[in-house]
Amino acid sequence: MTARWLVRRLALGVLVLFLVSVLVFLVTQALPGDVARIVLGKDATVEQVANLRHQLGLDQPLLEQYGRWLGGLLTGHPGVSLQNKEPVAEILGPRIVNSFTLGFISMALILPLSVAAGVLSAARRDSFADKAFVAVTSLSMALPPFVVGMLLIALFATTMLGVLPGVSDIPPGDLPWGHPAELVLPVATLTFMGVMYLGRLVRASVIDALDSEYVQMAVLKGLSRRRILFRHALPNAIAASLPAAGLVAAVTITGVVVVEYVYSYPGLGTALVSAVNSHDLPVLQACVLILAATYYLCNLLADVLAAAGRTR
Amino acid sequence: MSVSVARRAARTGRARLGLGLLAAIAFVVVFGPLLAPWPPTAIVAPPLEGPSAQFPLGTDLLGRDVLSRLLSGGGTLTWMTLLATGIGVVLGALIGLTAAYRDGVADTVLMRAMDVVLSFPETIFVLVFVAAFGRHPLLTASLVGVAFAPGVSRVLRGAALPVFDSEYVLWAKANGLPGRQIVLGEVLPGVTSPLMVETGMRLVWAVTAIASLNYLGFGITPPAPDWGLMVSENQDGLAVAPLPVLAPIALILMMALGGNLVAESVARTVSRTEGKS
Amino acid sequence: MAKEVAVSGVTVKAAGHAIVQDIGFELGRGEVLGVVGESGSGKSTLALALLGFARSGATITSGQVVVDGVDLLSLPPAELRRARGRKVAYVPQDPATALNPSLRVSTQLTEGLGQPARTRVRQLLDTVGLPSDDAFLRRRPRQLSGGQQQRVAVAMAIAAGPRLIVLDEPTTGLDVATQARVLDLVRELCRARDLAAIYVSHDLAVVADVADQVMVMYGGEVVEHGPARSVLTRAAHPYTRALLSAVPSATHRHRLVPIRGRAPSIDDARAGCAFAPRCDYATPSCSTTHPALALAPSGTLARCIHAEEVTRNFRTVPRAPEPVVPPANQPALLSVSGLNASYRGRQVVFDVSFDLRPGQCLAVVGESGSGKTTMSRCLAGLHPEHQGEVTFDGSPVPAAASRRDSRTRRELQYVFQNPYGSLSPHRTVEDGLLVALRHYFGVHAREGRRRARAALDRVEIPSRLADRYPSELSGGQRQRVAIARALVCEPKLIICDEVTSALDVSVQASVVELLRSLMDDGPSMIFVTHNLAVVRSISDEVVVLSEGRAVEAGRTDQVLTSPSHAYTRSLLAATLDVPDQISPR
Repeated sequence: MTARWLVRRLALGVLVLFLVSVLVFLVTQALPGDVARIVLGKDATVEQVANLRHQLGLDQPLLEQYGRWLGGLLTGHPGVSLQNKEPVAEILGPRIVNSFTLGFISMALILPLSVAAGVLSAARRDSFADKAFVAVTSLSMALPPFVVGMLLIALFATTMLGVLPGVSDIPPGDLPWGHPAELVLPVATLTFMGVMYLGRLVRASVIDALDSEYVQMAVLKGLSRRRILFRHALPNAIAASLPAAGLVAAVTITGVVVVEYVYSYPGLGTALVSAVNSHDLPVLQACVLILAATYYLCNLLADVLAAAGRTR
Repeated sequence: MSVSVARRAARTGRARLGLGLLAAIAFVVVFGPLLAPWPPTAIVAPPLEGPSAQFPLGTDLLGRDVLSRLLSGGGTLTWMTLLATGIGVVLGALIGLTAAYRDGVADTVLMRAMDVVLSFPETIFVLVFVAAFGRHPLLTASLVGVAFAPGVSRVLRGAALPVFDSEYVLWAKANGLPGRQIVLGEVLPGVTSPLMVETGMRLVWAVTAIASLNYLGFGITPPAPDWGLMVSENQDGLAVAPLPVLAPIALILMMALGGNLVAESVARTVSRTEGKS
Repeated sequence: MAKEVAVSGVTVKAAGHAIVQDIGFELGRGEVLGVVGESGSGKSTLALALLGFARSGATITSGQVVVDGVDLLSLPPAELRRARGRKVAYVPQDPATALNPSLRVSTQLTEGLGQPARTRVRQLLDTVGLPSDDAFLRRRPRQLSGGQQQRVAVAMAIAAGPRLIVLDEPTTGLDVATQARVLDLVRELCRARDLAAIYVSHDLAVVADVADQVMVMYGGEVVEHGPARSVLTRAAHPYTRALLSAVPSATHRHRLVPIRGRAPSIDDARAGCAFAPRCDYATPSCSTTHPALALAPSGTLARCIHAEEVTRNFRTVPRAPEPVVPPANQPALLSVSGLNASYRGRQVVFDVSFDLRPGQCLAVVGESGSGKTTMSRCLAGLHPEHQGEVTFDGSPVPAAASRRDSRTRRELQYVFQNPYGSLSPHRTVEDGLLVALRHYFGVHAREGRRRARAALDRVEIPSRLADRYPSELSGGQRQRVAIARALVCEPKLIICDEVTSALDVSVQASVVELLRSLMDDGPSMIFVTHNLAVVRSISDEVVVLSEGRAVEAGRTDQVLTSPSHAYTRSLLAATLDVPDQISPR
């Protein structure tokens, strides 16, 4: 991987994110006719609508609207919520912390667990444990995250066991890691989904590596099973599954929205859902851009790691 | 060849199980509404009643018959899933093949455009549009389809590029066969296997995406019966009455699992036959 | 005293069928055994079995492999593992895939050896003629050339001091010059270290060059085994003889004799001799009695009941027609002048010019990377990124196929190197030809079928194969169908790009002879190849390409007999020949 490639890739990333912001702006603010009317509903007076139009800057040329909007986002002043008139930054600040905590803890569990599960399964290929893993993953990969979440709630948070809270309400002002019990089920849901997906991919790439000619060569050299698995097969298998890790980040981010809603967890996902319901444009736009940018950065990171692995 | 792959795939045990599950779901979707004992949207009893002879699965949080809503609630999910998959696969295949055929500027532009769409997780992509244009099941399903297209187009472009570089396509180019004939007559048959695998996978993902969106309330609107919607409607009553939540979950599970079993066996059969040509 | 290596009764089965059957031989210190066979003969399976290894799906069912007094096949798994590398080592066919892409050269050389000193690693690299500085040790396989990778593989094999090394087609895919150096290395190692070696190859000339004993395999069995010279010059088995007659020579021009029929597959029922269906000597008893290996008058062991009669016949090689010398004033059919072409931003063809006169076969010869494929694709219109003038049949030809007129495209046909990729996998043989016929002549149904069948007949594809898909055909059959597809276009010039390089020698012989016979009735030919022996046997004129430049051109016999350019001379020197093919002894 050359520095030139990296610079080009990053420049391209900036361009794509810019296009994403244009798309979000166009769709939410410019396209759907009179936004102010939609936000306020049919019963609003002409005066109310005019006020809102002015507040949102809708009475200005499109280009200027976009410039102000993007400038505000980039300087950390994405406007004021239409719902409760608070600055968007203040509403979303703690929610960003909550969501990222959820996402990071989940990814920190998903990566090692997937590698462990995938390698163990592949090393004992066609054994009972391997077949069970394959069966469980193909069952679970198809599950919508809210179904997993509901099943976990039914199992752990209702009369059956009742050991964990089924609603993860973290009071405003508190940090999420001050409420570990509230984090368990959301993290478990995301981790389960991620491991099912990535673990299966790791298994497949370890098996590919074990079937390769260089592993056959290592066997013919008389190397030990352990060395063949960990020194010859594993590094190549992990390099091969790196791009998939980006996809898992994607699944996790989509999952965050739904899983937060399942557990009423106060994060970006729940903020996004209620912003859509209440037509709170500034909150909606900020949430979407943050989630899309995170998602894109995860994919970019996976691409860069994969390229680094290839040229190493 | 694709026919023989489908036939061979259908012969595996897991595929049979999957087809069986899908057949059962199809039966519920098609005949369920006729068998429902109560109108699915009518309030017929006090909320959250337990199972009885009159209401075999009890009533939901609003006092509607759970069985009737269950029997009537599969249709929306089914057609939305099929529509989303159809749009995603057809659009994605068209874009992917075009990009592979017109390498150079058109390829770059198309694939960068796909990158933009790809940088939205599909749920969020749909939410942006729903926020702007309101809730319509048709819109939601189409949007999921559009959100799938970039993924499909990447896979198909990747599968088509080596075919475009293969000697038999070079022969067609050297002999001046028209572009349409090359793409449709030579390249498309060469990518049926990945296309089939992709379709199966997208079908399963569409179930997940559509059910989730309905659950969040961004697809079909209450009070219409729908399995995903039923879960969120009755979530608050889970501790008292689990059936209104677990019963639709069981059906979504059957649908997703059935689809996944079939999709996986197609993928396996394809990857097994690929090596032999 | 027992020999260093004693192998007996080795049988490998897959799905109930023997893919290698009852193989035995002995080998002393410093001796090299060459194992020759075409694809599917079981030679690679045998090579792996000698290390007590079978690919998944196959099992070694019986036999002994005694190396240095120890029978590898009876060792428990842990000891077998220790014996690999220490008693017997393996050099793979394709080091590009057999070396781990993510591990450094030094790691791959020393792993499993305890903690050997750096100096030992350097000695190893010196031995195989590789640089031994720290920078080299830190490299990964991708940063090495093909020849260097193969040397690393050889160094890896001798690192633990084995008594036997098994080399499985180690020079296939290397250029002749690199091949010659690797062969020198193998010879030198065996001599200096008193190593026994088994050299598996499809190439008789290579085996003739390196081996003391030669073992010929067919259908999983040894059909002939003996001292190299006896096997190669006085072969007692009809298959060995047929194989020898199929090999082209760089020194004499002769007709190549293909072996009729097809190689047996493992699930064929066999009662008698496996070669009987293709054998000129076969009598009814050949298909009922399975012959044993027996000493023949040639001094070799041969598995043939007619060995005596075979040995009595002198091998004769039919001479090929002499190259055609066209009248000097005849206008050229194709004229190339000042051709320059780039590939991925790098110039690979420099100022190449030549003329081809009607009825001639022009060979373009060069090693990999010489630009020969790029050049031939320029002519076919598949590589428009070139400058220079190409004139075909009197009129200038545009660079891109899409800009050429239909007649030019039709009359200038191109046959691709890879028989597995050149036919649409989803069209039947006949359907593939019909595409061309509809496109150029607009003929349909009856007439199209008639012409397609005629072309298939011309390339000796039986009409029952017309409805088959390419995946159901052998490599040689596919290449014939690809030639038939060119023929239905009624071309004036056929460009053949390495069309025989993926084929076994006996199949190559049949394709070369087919092309020779096609030229009798019309089209001229450009034959692109890396193989000088094939050039000798088919072409009238030759252009030698080196690093994108035409370094020498002229009449084939003249260029190959008295080359004027140093590069041509070195290429010829590195090209191996089976010794004394026509030997009256």
